[in-house]
Amino acid sequence: MASVSVCQYHSGGFSFENCKRNALLEADINKLGFSSPAARKTGTTICGVVYKDGVVLGADTRATEGMVVADKNCSKIHYISPNIYCCGAGTAADTEMTTQIISSNLELHSLSTGRLPRVTTANRMLKQMLFRYQGYIGAALVLGGVDCNGPHLYSIYPHGSTDKLPYVTMGSGSLAAMAVFEDRYRPNMEEEEAKRLVRDAIAAGIFNDLGSGSNIDLCVITKGNVDYLRPHDMANKKGVREDKVYGRPVTGSYRYKHGTTGVLTKAVTPLNLEVVEESVQTMDTS
Amino acid sequence: MFLKYCLKDSVPVTGLCPQAGSYGVQDSLRRGFSSVKNELLPSHPLELSEKNFQLNQDKMNFNTLRNIQGLHAPLKLQMEYRAARQIQRLPFLPSSNLALDTLRGSDDSIGFEDILNDPVQSEMMGDPHIMTEYKLGVL
Repeated sequence: MASVSVCQYHSGGFSFENCKRNALLEADINKLGFSSPAARKTGTTICGVVYKDGVVLGADTRATEGMVVADKNCSKIHYISPNIYCCGAGTAADTEMTTQIISSNLELHSLSTGRLPRVTTANRMLKQMLFRYQGYIGAALVLGGVDCNGPHLYSIYPHGSTDKLPYVTMGSGSLAAMAVFEDRYRPNMEEEEAKRLVRDAIAAGIFNDLGSGSNIDLCVITKGNVDYLRPHDMANKKGVREDKVYGRPVTGSYRYKHGTTGVLTKAVTPLNLEVVEESVQTMDTS
Repeated sequence: MFLKYCLKDSVPVTGLCPQAGSYGVQDSLRRGFSSVKNELLPSHPLELSEKNFQLNQDKMNFNTLRNIQGLHAPLKLQMEYRAARQIQRLPFLPSSNLALDTLRGSDDSIGFEDILNDPVQSEMMGDPHIMTEYKLGVL
C-alpha cells in the first residue's frame, strides 16, 4: 500500500505485523483439532565447571521438535571468542542467533579496545539483550572462559538474570546433572577429574531425561588453549545394544551357544525318494 | 524526584492511537482505514517497547549526562544529533546514516536491526513522487 509507506521509512529489526494474524490462526486451528508447528528446542543437558587451570563445558547433542528428535548430533557449544565458549539450551534458533550476535559484537569491541575480551563483557552484553526482549527470546546459556582475571563461569536465564558460580547446569536435564555435581564437586580439581565429572553429569542427563540424548561434547578452556572434544564420548551408538558380553549382546538373545548340550551319539539315515509322476498345471491369471 | 519529573513521558501510551491528520481526524488517504480494535491493544507485548527503544535509551542517557555534567552536555550533543540527522538522501532512498551512527556509537555494534528486515533489501519501495511531495509538504 503506497499510502502507508508515505509516512516513514521503515527501520530494520523485529516486525510485529503478523502477530494478530497468527493469534487468529492459532485460535482457529485449535478449534479444528490440528496443532500449530512447534519450534525446534534443544531440550538439553548443559553444564560447566571451574577447575584448577580453567573451565570445562559439557553438552549433549540431541535437538527435539515437539516429541520427535530433530537432530541426533547437533552442536550446542558455540564459539564466542578464542577464549570464551557458550553452551545453549532452549529454542535452537534463539541460542544460535544470540551467540552469533554477541560473538560479532565482542569481536568488534575487542578490535576497538585492542585487548582479549573478558567473560564478564560477554555476560553483560547477553544479559542486557535478553532483558530487552523480556524473555521472548528463549535462550538459557552457560557461558565460560578464561581471561586476564582467571577462569569464569556464568549461567544466563532467558529473562536476563545471571549467576556467577563454580559449577552450573541448565536445560531439562539440569537436575540430573546437578545431582552429580553436588555429590562429587570439589574446588581446584585436576583436568582429568574435571572432565570425568562433566562427562558423568551429562551422561546422567542423557540417560534420565527424555529431552537429552546421543553423544557428549566437551570443551576444555585454559589460558591460551582450547580443546573442543566433539564427540568426547558416544554414549549411544546406533545399532549396538548395551552390555555386550563375549562379543554377543547379553539382553535379548535367546540362542544357546554351540556345545551347550553334549552330543552322545549321532545316526544319519538318508531317505531315498523316487520320482513317480511330473505334471505342470498352468495358473489361471485372467 | 528530580529524575521522575523528567522521565514521565518515556513510553508514550499513545503510540498506537491513530495519528490525527491535518483536520484532527484519521487521515484515511494516507494511513488507510482505522479500526478501534487494532489501536486499543498492541499485537505483541514487545511492540511498543521496541518501537520506542532507541528513543528511551537516548532520553535516559541524556538525563544521566545532564545530572553529571550539567545542562550544556546534552544540549551540545543534541545539536550535533540534529545536524547529523539532516544528512539524508531523497526520501524514498535508503541512507546510510553514517554520521548519526558514529555519534551514537552504534557503528561498532551489531543488533537485530542490522540482520532482520534490512530496509535496504526490502521488496517494496515507496512511490517516489508521493514521498517527495509529502516531505516537501505539498501533498
